[in-house]
Amino acid sequence: MRRAGRLLARRLFGALPVLGLVAIGGFLLLEAAPGDAVDAYLAGIGGGDAAQVAALRAEWGLDGGPLPRLAAYLGALLRLDLGWSTAFERPVLAVVLERLPNTLLLMGMATLLALSLGSLLGIVCGARPGSPRDRALSLAAIAIYAMPGFWLGLVLIVGFSVRLRWLPSGGIETVASGLAGWDRAADIARHLVLPVASLGLVYMALYLRLMRDGMAELWRQDFVRAARARGMAGPRLVLRHVARNALLPVVTMLGLQSAAMLGGSVVIESVFAIPGLGRLAAEAVARRDTPLLLGVMLLSAVVVILVNLAVDLAYALLDPRVGSGTGG
Amino acid sequence: MPAFPLPRRALLAAAAALPLLPRTAGAQGIQHGGRLTVAADSEPPNLNPAIIASNGVFFVASKVIEPLAEASYDGSDGLAPRLATGWTAAADGRSITFALRPGVAWHDGQKFTAADVAFSALEVWKKHQNLGRAVFRDLEAVQTPDAHTAVFRFAVPTPAQLIRNALPALTAVLPKHLYADTDIMKNPANRKLVGTGPFRFAETRPGEFTRLVRNAEYWQQDRPYLNEIVYRVLPDRAAAANALEAGEIQLAAFSAVPLADLDRIAKVPGLKIYSNGYEALTYQLVVEINHRRKELADVRVRRAVAHAIDRDFVVRTIFRGYATTSQGPVPKSDRVFHAPDLAGYGFNPARANALLDEAGYPRGSDGVRFRLRLLPAPFFNETRQFGDYLRQALAVVGIDATIVSNDTPAHIKAVYTDHDFDITVATPVYRGDPAISTTILFQSGLPAGVPFSNQYGYVNPEVDSLIKQAAATIDDAERVRLYRAFQKLVVDDVALINVAEFSFITVARDTVANVSNNPRWAVSNWADTGFTG
Repeated sequence: MRRAGRLLARRLFGALPVLGLVAIGGFLLLEAAPGDAVDAYLAGIGGGDAAQVAALRAEWGLDGGPLPRLAAYLGALLRLDLGWSTAFERPVLAVVLERLPNTLLLMGMATLLALSLGSLLGIVCGARPGSPRDRALSLAAIAIYAMPGFWLGLVLIVGFSVRLRWLPSGGIETVASGLAGWDRAADIARHLVLPVASLGLVYMALYLRLMRDGMAELWRQDFVRAARARGMAGPRLVLRHVARNALLPVVTMLGLQSAAMLGGSVVIESVFAIPGLGRLAAEAVARRDTPLLLGVMLLSAVVVILVNLAVDLAYALLDPRVGSGTGG
Repeated sequence: MPAFPLPRRALLAAAAALPLLPRTAGAQGIQHGGRLTVAADSEPPNLNPAIIASNGVFFVASKVIEPLAEASYDGSDGLAPRLATGWTAAADGRSITFALRPGVAWHDGQKFTAADVAFSALEVWKKHQNLGRAVFRDLEAVQTPDAHTAVFRFAVPTPAQLIRNALPALTAVLPKHLYADTDIMKNPANRKLVGTGPFRFAETRPGEFTRLVRNAEYWQQDRPYLNEIVYRVLPDRAAAANALEAGEIQLAAFSAVPLADLDRIAKVPGLKIYSNGYEALTYQLVVEINHRRKELADVRVRRAVAHAIDRDFVVRTIFRGYATTSQGPVPKSDRVFHAPDLAGYGFNPARANALLDEAGYPRGSDGVRFRLRLLPAPFFNETRQFGDYLRQALAVVGIDATIVSNDTPAHIKAVYTDHDFDITVATPVYRGDPAISTTILFQSGLPAGVPFSNQYGYVNPEVDSLIKQAAATIDDAERVRLYRAFQKLVVDDVALINVAEFSFITVARDTVANVSNNPRWAVSNWADTGFTG
């Protein structure tokens, strides 16, 4: 446990420079895009006169050069102040924290779906590599993996919302429904079915492949042969010896994919009108709202770092041979 | 039972007493009650229509905060009274007297009086509003001889016609008791609106929805019909059509359902398509021209470009018929100011080629006379599609246009601050009077960095003097004459190329009644909108 604690502290401390780089990189990226927040604002309201334009630039602190602005931003960041969103006219922290739960919910559910279904079907395939069942499932997985998430989302909406009317076409919950408690949870769950499927199925296919290929490889390993020679067979052999070891690359991938999944949620959140971080990032770029974009990026970076940390800890649990790299 | 003359109220009361009739049935079988859920694509953080006169704000705010008068298909001067019941202008153009509606209360219970109008005009419209800062620039004082009279006094003679035309969009009245002595731009009531309108602001969830509820104390008897209006945020282009089909929303305005999807949506039973109700917010498809560019400084080249465009094709193909062709800067929907006799530039590639030859730009060995950079505004699908069309149309007459695609802020900066373009595709909005929305596109001497204004390097002293003269002309007929002369001049010059006038499409469930029944319907108060069953 002490080892885990040390790992945690070291990783979190090591993450600080990463966050600094994310902030500087994001700032320069948006700085390179022509037009600023005032241009975006004026386009939205249909224009304004010169005096108004100048007053706005001064008020939003956009009249200085990029370097003083970056320095001011980093200075505020050190005091844990994420700044002011010009697009929402509210503090960045309030805006991003409001959206974070929806994104975490979407990502968490999608990961759960991908991981559970992916490894389950992967085990089904990997239990008997080359069997007709394996071939059929693997083919289906590749087909799903080839589909763009947004397209899958639109197809699911047309099928299940527009034609069948089984599930809502978008949103995180029924608008102004007045529901509370379990009714509200059930309502949110209903709303999450299609977006979670759109986001999760693609990764499910990936995990299925990883699991299946890993298992196919393991069947040829000496320790599996030895176990067989000892007379072990059936589910016990498949699960304890083969599947457990094949799970390691899947878990590794899980950590790596958490960043990609955040990216995928930009598209899925837009298609399904879910107010989450991904959609917020897209809006921040469109409105040239630098503090907001950096707020989203920093928060996303923190999420990815924490997920990877959790993956490392899980790794150690799954495979006792893997130490934490601290000499243990 | 006497057949008539029984007062209407008594009839309604009698109907209400009969148990078998629906108690709340109104005119045309509209029921009281119900929630209307509509699609919204943006959520402006500042919803104050007195500060930000834009359609995105009005779409929500017009139900809560009312102007002095609203646009109307059949009212005199094209207006229907709202918070003002009448208006008379002094003969010298120095004052306009508004009679205000008595017995109106703000949503917080305070009484609406002339002091609210005086405060809104002097402190908000004149100082802060994007459009009002120009139109009310010379407003000197607003006198309030009694609680229901407001006299606007101007420093210089001001056309009453201009002020009348400004009433629907520029005169949203704010409650003085919540705004006086505060930072108006940061007032919390800019989010949680307080007005006199048929609906009260209830709540908003960022990224999800905004909800308005019925104002039971509304000054108009028996209105509104609806209990609630919910604006559901649907950012995806396909979302509104899907949500309509799935029955999750009942109405999508401002072409939230793309023109490309209309054919499919038209076949869905229970959905109805309205192409009217936006006449007072006509958008104009325009080619902006950088007159600083050597080739384009020659009027013959500009005329050639105008002749190269097949307007009928554009309307038929890009707008699928939901638009009309245009030759001048005032749209046909403004029957007062539109100059009907403009010759304009018909589709004539042969003439265009001849003009370009004459101007001294022969085709090179590759068939190209010269090259241009074309920046289509990214605001609408149609602006991008027209950009593609324009490139092809120009190729026919030997002009090679390269399309430069930008997102909105980049486009605004490139065109209106950096002047880094040769031609563009733009969509200026016509706002009911040339002085509000149109002259700014042609008047010279504006500083760089003002979006949607003459950043084109176009200078014609005659045009400038006409604009100045019309601004100080108080006689209605003379004003119209001057603005028609102005239109002729800028069309002869080809300062810009007007291609088409388009408005938007509303798609609604057929159970929603009184949709699109005034020329600014989507941004009007919806007091008479309701469900029939």
